Amino acid sequence: MANNQDLPKRASRSSKAAGEDLRVIGSSRQRVDVRGKVTGQTIYADDISLPRMAYCKILRSPHPHAVIRNIDVSRAQAHPGVYLVLTGKDLPIEYGILPVSQDETALCVDRVRHVGDPVAAVIAREELTAFEALDLIDVEYEILPTISDPEEALATPEPRLHDYGEEGNIHKRVSFEFGDVDKGFAEADEILEDLFFYQGSTHLAMEQHASVAIKDREGKLTLWTSTQVPHYLHRSLAKVLELPAGHIRVIATPNGGGFGGKSDPLNHEIIVCKAALLLGRPVKISLTREEVFYCHRGRHPVLMKFKVGVKKDGTIKALDLQTLIDGGGYGSFGVASTFYTGALQTTAYHVERFKFRACRTFTNKPPCGPKRGHGTPQPRFGQEVQMDKIAERLGIDPAELRLRTAVKPNELTANFLQLGTVGLEQCIRRVVDMSGWKDKFRKLPEGRGVGLACSCYLTGAGLSIYWNKMPHSGIQLKLDRSGGVTLQAGTTEIGQGSDDVLAAIVAEILGLQTVDIRVYSGDTDLGPVDLGSYSSRVTLMAGNAAVQAAERAKAMLAEAVAEKLQVPKERLRFADNAVFDTAAPEKRVTFPEAVCLGESRFGTIGTVGSYWPPKMPAAQYKGGGVGTSPTYTYSAAVAEVEVNPATGWIRVVKIWNTHDLGRALNPTIALGQVEGSIYMGLGEALMEEQEFRRLPKKLSHALVHKFPSILEYKSPTSLDMPEIFTEFVEGPDPRGPFGAKEVGQGPLLPIMPAVANAVYDAVGVRIDEVPITPEKILKALAEKRAGREPRYGPTHFPEISWPEALRVPPPWEGGDGRAINETPKERKPRVEKEAVLKP
Amino acid sequence: MMRLPLFEFRMPRTGEEVARILDGEGSNAMVLAGGTDLLPNMKRRQQVPRTLISLRHVEGLSGAQLDHGSARLGPCLTLTEIARDARFRNGCSALSQAASLVATPHIRNVATLGGNICLDTRCAYYDQNYEWRKAINFCKKKDGEICWVATGSPKCMAVSSTDTAPALIALGASVRLRSRSEERDIPLADLYNNDGMNYLTRRPNEILTEIRLGSLHGWKSTYWKLRRRGSFDFPVLSVAAAVRLSKGGVVEEARIVLGAVASRPLVATEAAKFLVGRPLDRESIEQAGTLTAKLAKPLDNTDFDMSWRKKVAAEFVNYALRELRGDDMRAQRLEVTRYLPDVNAD
Amino acid sequence: MTQTRLPAESEKTAHIRIALNGEEVDVSFAPYKTLLEILREDLGHTGTKHGCELGECGACAVILDGEPVLSCLVLALECDGRNVITIEGLASNGELHPIQEAFANLGGSQCGYCTPGMILTAKALLDRTPHPSHDQIREALSGNLCRCTGYLQIFDSVEAAIAQISERKRTGELK
Repeated sequence: MANNQDLPKRASRSSKAAGEDLRVIGSSRQRVDVRGKVTGQTIYADDISLPRMAYCKILRSPHPHAVIRNIDVSRAQAHPGVYLVLTGKDLPIEYGILPVSQDETALCVDRVRHVGDPVAAVIAREELTAFEALDLIDVEYEILPTISDPEEALATPEPRLHDYGEEGNIHKRVSFEFGDVDKGFAEADEILEDLFFYQGSTHLAMEQHASVAIKDREGKLTLWTSTQVPHYLHRSLAKVLELPAGHIRVIATPNGGGFGGKSDPLNHEIIVCKAALLLGRPVKISLTREEVFYCHRGRHPVLMKFKVGVKKDGTIKALDLQTLIDGGGYGSFGVASTFYTGALQTTAYHVERFKFRACRTFTNKPPCGPKRGHGTPQPRFGQEVQMDKIAERLGIDPAELRLRTAVKPNELTANFLQLGTVGLEQCIRRVVDMSGWKDKFRKLPEGRGVGLACSCYLTGAGLSIYWNKMPHSGIQLKLDRSGGVTLQAGTTEIGQGSDDVLAAIVAEILGLQTVDIRVYSGDTDLGPVDLGSYSSRVTLMAGNAAVQAAERAKAMLAEAVAEKLQVPKERLRFADNAVFDTAAPEKRVTFPEAVCLGESRFGTIGTVGSYWPPKMPAAQYKGGGVGTSPTYTYSAAVAEVEVNPATGWIRVVKIWNTHDLGRALNPTIALGQVEGSIYMGLGEALMEEQEFRRLPKKLSHALVHKFPSILEYKSPTSLDMPEIFTEFVEGPDPRGPFGAKEVGQGPLLPIMPAVANAVYDAVGVRIDEVPITPEKILKALAEKRAGREPRYGPTHFPEISWPEALRVPPPWEGGDGRAINETPKERKPRVEKEAVLKP
Repeated sequence: MMRLPLFEFRMPRTGEEVARILDGEGSNAMVLAGGTDLLPNMKRRQQVPRTLISLRHVEGLSGAQLDHGSARLGPCLTLTEIARDARFRNGCSALSQAASLVATPHIRNVATLGGNICLDTRCAYYDQNYEWRKAINFCKKKDGEICWVATGSPKCMAVSSTDTAPALIALGASVRLRSRSEERDIPLADLYNNDGMNYLTRRPNEILTEIRLGSLHGWKSTYWKLRRRGSFDFPVLSVAAAVRLSKGGVVEEARIVLGAVASRPLVATEAAKFLVGRPLDRESIEQAGTLTAKLAKPLDNTDFDMSWRKKVAAEFVNYALRELRGDDMRAQRLEVTRYLPDVNAD
Repeated sequence: MTQTRLPAESEKTAHIRIALNGEEVDVSFAPYKTLLEILREDLGHTGTKHGCELGECGACAVILDGEPVLSCLVLALECDGRNVITIEGLASNGELHPIQEAFANLGGSQCGYCTPGMILTAKALLDRTPHPSHDQIREALSGNLCRCTGYLQIFDSVEAAIAQISERKRTGELK
């Protein structure tokens, strides 16, 4: 346990209300998995080494777009030390994370769609041998024209990258109108139109993906791998390898960071399984950093057009948002991401009428997918910068404008999202106080400024990515006579602290310490299904399942102990590794004794818990499942920056942040999640870019990742971090375990717009895109000096042929959550097909 | 995981032995000092020497001798040793600062002065894995025909990215090169060609054995480095400046060197000449900045926008000269480096 | 599942002896390997991680002859007779080193992947400079990337360890 006087003063260290007698929950403590991490004992996927293990290397496409005419592997196959060479024909079955986008094969069969697409795999005794043999594979390609960005995709319907999707190279288009926005604009006093661009970025987890597969002694398949979604991977393996899922075991090793980058089933995972099955020996792959950039699934680059109509008092009468999304070469989570570029635009500020149209295109680049905040940081950036512009136009303080328009607890939004507890107002008020906002905003000397932004995020997606009626999370507990408690879960520990949260919940309920709980997570053989470590869902969903499992076990023990001690079971308290009578605490049994009594009474003690998100009947329209969540979190942040007007050089000096997380189950971990989110947000705000380069077309058809290295993909170092001041805004949410909501993603969202707004306060220029670099600031300053619009950002949004919008009147216009122009007949089957959608 | 290619490994004990091996192997052999530049290049198959000659046990390549008149530095001095050594803080603080701003503390612990001086030129089209370079059909510098930075260019445009060389040139350093048959001393500035491929005038059979500094009595020097982050990154622009001022503050002698904006460090002769006989006032500093920045021809093959790098060059000359004049530049240092570099002091 | 694979005899053409965490060990290995590779593959010390193998991240940092270095950029062939400390060498008699303890207590480790390199770098700093300033800590750790924490809890951890180390040294628990 931490010594409290050593703790820093950046945030509250205890999250308990007066009078609450919680022993574990709410206290800062060592996380359960930490000893292995500080001693080097934690076994990550690449640390696994097995007798007779062979190494796999993947030959990747050097072409951004081509047809594979022929592959000759004979020279590679004959190379000494090579055991096996695989090509697309060995793994032809398509898969993908979403049922609607089954568009990947583990090795490309007849087409490559980006540089880095896997073409063949060599399995050899030595990794060096496998690498050398890659050069001995002869592939004949027929080069195809390439698409480097969404506008080019719109203009180039042929050749199509995929033969599914909307049309041409448009993967997905959505169009909604919640209330007549034209009427809203007509009632507005001011109308603002702004264009924003949000550059793509990648997760850059410190651990490069690695996997080891074996055909075990029963002839079944086991895969150890760095994945955030063992369950979804399990399903994909069964499909592609055509094996009964029950004969496959996926073990998600502790991830050396995930951030969304390990939440797709990935080709190398399938390849090593196939190789292990064919060779009958363990096969390992450990990706290079460059290959990790090709796996990607990171933040989508998004071009956005925001048109907003407001009253003089700030009331948002109408918002019309269009987004154009660069999807890369495959679907990944893209259909969900497409919805997410608009779904949460109504959950922070009350928007009376909302029109939202989004379009995701295919391009010849590695596929984009979910990165921390999945699809929502991009429009959040636009909305928060636009709020700053609105405030200036109306002459209202930006904090005041947000307070006036903030959503209320339990509100049903224009797009029928059911909110839960809402701490946004408190977040704003506290961050304004902490940062000294009122003394700084528009008052600091030239070159120094402050900016404010807020955000909202899901606590777990309301729907699974595939349609089913089963629980989203399950927990299994086993109590044994020694007093040992074993917790089995399908969750993956990706560094976020999920093992600790689950152990803490069980420990609190059973009156134990976390050290008394053994956690086995991420193993499809051992634990019940959990959908995975994504969408900030684990604390709430698996946590609630843990509450249920622990309460069931507690009830059994209580009954047996009550009988033994001859006291009413309602009077029993589980605490301090004992069970005692609250009226006469000397009447007690130790916890192991309690288990023995329980076992004597009921037989072996094992309980399970399940969690289904609450039914969300509100959004009946097609696509209405996206953005639903059991509850939402809120954040507010103030950034203080220094900008050098001569060079445009920008330095973020301080960040103040408040986050409404319901309750911090372990304040040390919660603070780490907040600070880590801010860190990643600063990276995106200032320097991180997944950038591509097309070589001169008359000399080359190359379209390559500009810098697929950890040196040139700029990730902030210890010297680049500002001071951060964090405060949790707590108010337990009844939907969360012990009131907890998410904390791992939401605090990232306000950082980018807060920095942009601070730059404007500092030097009076708008940077309407991220990253916000010195070059862009200097260009905007030059515009300002020349008397033109003091701005750097996109200047046009292309014409897109949108489908007719689904028209759904908002609740306050008598809407019932159904689209008035959607016939139930065609709706029903499509709803199931697209019952997708999660971050 | 990335693996090194196979190589033959030699561990000679004397400079003579090194020279003998180099004489036999020529450009098939490369010397391995710290290895922080060479080994990544080998893993990426940019450099694939048949023979590696370890300098680890070669006598006489380490250590620094400073007399009041001059200094002799061993090429195998690590950058950490230079950054920590208080003797480098006065006249040659440019060297101390440059060394302390290279890469990261871990790399400075093994990277050597000689290695940094001979650092391979860098380029966005070259410092990539084998597979990536295959995707652009390689480039002129390695395995290809075209320089993708400037496709019409007859020569390679890779960028000189050494931090210590501009500083040492500003300090008037010379280097000693040794082959089996001869030993020669040349000004460090003459070690470089403005050609990304043949960026060194060192012959394949020569080894750098010593770095020499003349008397620095009365000199003040400084080094400013531009890079995206507070550590790791190579310079995308650097300014090393040294001046000798009269008691009245008039420039008696000056040297200004630009780094990371060409295939070699660029000596700003005109700007230095202009300063002689003038005080370091606002006008002369600005003029020197303009004259120096004129030389900078950054291209689109490093981090940051090339035109921005050129714009910032004058500003950085300004910082350097103001610092040499005695202005308190700690705020600007903090802005650029994110910490005040004297934290390296023991 | 942590058995160390025994490489075929033909691969082991190089041989060195090093002091690994205070113990003399002999190791035979393929001569192209770096210190990182022999630690992880030939000596079973998988506590040392790797995130790039090119010296660009700091995950593989170990202490070599008293200084933190990147094991991915050191040829194993150049390590004969040298002193290597890895994360496995920090705890003694089952007791965590104060730096490990502080990282565990104060959120210095989330996913844990940068942690061994980070802790060893901090140890080398505190061995050389027992009472570093906040800026010295930031600078000393600037070669270790972390994507989880935002570094601040790592700074907290190092700062908390300083006092602990002094205390344990005073009581003679730590040499």
